[in-house]
Amino acid sequence: MARLWHKFGPVLTVVIAIFVMWYAGSIALNSAWAHDKAQRAGKVLTTSELVADTMSQKKPRLPAPHQVGAEIWKTTGAMVLRGRAFSKRSLFYHSWITLSSTALGFLMGTALGVALAVGIVYNRTMDMSVMPWVIASQTIPILAIAPMIIVVLNAVGISGLLPKAVISMYLSFFPVVVGMVKGLRSPDHMQLDQMKTWSASGQQEFWRLRLPSSMPYFFTSMKIAMAASLVGAIVGELPTGAVAGLGARLLGGSYYGQTIQIWSALIMAAALAACLVGFIGILQRRVLKRMGMA
Amino acid sequence: MGWITTGLIAWAVGWQTNVWLARRPKTRLTRLIIPIIFGLTLIALWECLVRGLEVKAVLLPPPSMIAVRFATSLNILWQDLVQTVVKGALTGYVMGCSAAFLTAIVVDRFPFLRRGLLPVGNFVAALPIIGMAPILVMWFGFDWQSKAAVVVIMVFFPMLVNTVQGLQATDSMQRDLMRTYAAGYWKSLLKLRLPAAMPFVFNGLKIATTLALIGAIVAEFFGSPIKGMGFRISTEVGRLALDMVWAEIVVAAIVGSAFYGGVALLEKAITFWHPSQRG
Repeated sequence: MARLWHKFGPVLTVVIAIFVMWYAGSIALNSAWAHDKAQRAGKVLTTSELVADTMSQKKPRLPAPHQVGAEIWKTTGAMVLRGRAFSKRSLFYHSWITLSSTALGFLMGTALGVALAVGIVYNRTMDMSVMPWVIASQTIPILAIAPMIIVVLNAVGISGLLPKAVISMYLSFFPVVVGMVKGLRSPDHMQLDQMKTWSASGQQEFWRLRLPSSMPYFFTSMKIAMAASLVGAIVGELPTGAVAGLGARLLGGSYYGQTIQIWSALIMAAALAACLVGFIGILQRRVLKRMGMA
Repeated sequence: MGWITTGLIAWAVGWQTNVWLARRPKTRLTRLIIPIIFGLTLIALWECLVRGLEVKAVLLPPPSMIAVRFATSLNILWQDLVQTVVKGALTGYVMGCSAAFLTAIVVDRFPFLRRGLLPVGNFVAALPIIGMAPILVMWFGFDWQSKAAVVVIMVFFPMLVNTVQGLQATDSMQRDLMRTYAAGYWKSLLKLRLPAAMPFVFNGLKIATTLALIGAIVAEFFGSPIKGMGFRISTEVGRLALDMVWAEIVVAAIVGSAFYGGVALLEKAITFWHPSQRG
């Protein structure tokens, strides 16, 4: 019991504190509207009436957690029960749209990142000319060009998944390049010399030494890349005009002041991020264990 | 045809020069000049291909056109820069980073808080926080205050996690030494643990520079006054004036690199003792 408390107690406390603050915040932020409404009706609110009202408004400034929870249930679980899990009102549908472009962008970004890293490690010219630009590309707030990528690719007839995936790719290749360059260079002189004494070819050195020893770096950077790729997919959905996807739910909610909808999309995005990163974490533990590295 | 050949020749010449330069011993000059040559050949290739293949300017304007647009609309660009970067991003950056830094010191003082907040902070740092933008725009209005608020939230957690990690970067030997000097908590914080945390703090600060600009620009997509880089980008895209969009992106690139470079220089000056800076 004490050990369990030691492990989960602090986190639990923090999470509970967050919920308490959330409720307090929603009372504080929504009370102005509640008072306003009561005044127009010519009533004076008691404290309990006030609290009840702040937690049941239709368009609150800050919806209470249970309102968001109810909205999420209404758009996920309840729809599944009615057998309409993938109707356009279901959050599963929107998450799926976002997830598919996140995954495609992530795969493309990872592939590009690994290819660039191999080039950079094996080609001195590439190392010296491309690497500085890879780093510089990240100091540029690239998300800013998301609308342009979408519109331009639309104009040449490419629409749907790919433009969003391109944005995700751009955001996710960088952590992979940096991590893989570090990883592929992580074998030390002793190990490289050992490969030489076994008269290993360049190919063998890559497949048997450099690639395996880069795996811990690879997984760590994939986690970052996955999170970045989700952000890219969400932002990529904004300029298409709130059609489908979690980003579109955010934008639609902000157009119509549907705060509960925004928050439920936000929580869904957070859950998606947690699942994706968690999945890579599990993969990491499995693979590294089989390779005898963890 | 002429343009394409010129472009390819420019590319080949640039790459060959770089190959030749890279074979020579590494000096400061080659390390600086090789990426510059690479960048210039890329721009030349872009210009020639766009002209040679007759790509429409509404799809991809050639660099020369962007440069002309940049030079002729300096006023608008400057106004957007002030609105987005100085008012939105910088204010939020300073507020968010200092808040995170102070929180980190408090968190570090109480192990209970550290064990509770660090996993939560790590989790939140991986979330798509940019999604908070529409909510904050609703709360703080369309002007720069809401952009600064988005930036504060975006930079807070990466900065917090890095600083807390940095404050734990001293080993027990060093802390024991401080104890034998009879240094109290504050003394050892100021003399040992904060300096030792600096590489981590600067790592957080550098990550936060990019996040700050991204936050300020993307938040403008959700509503802004009629100036600002994000506003300009989204409206000019709608009007298919892509040269203006690219001019904004050039500004964003310059500001982003300068911001990052400035923090990196500061890091060099403060953490001169660290192995990664001595090399």
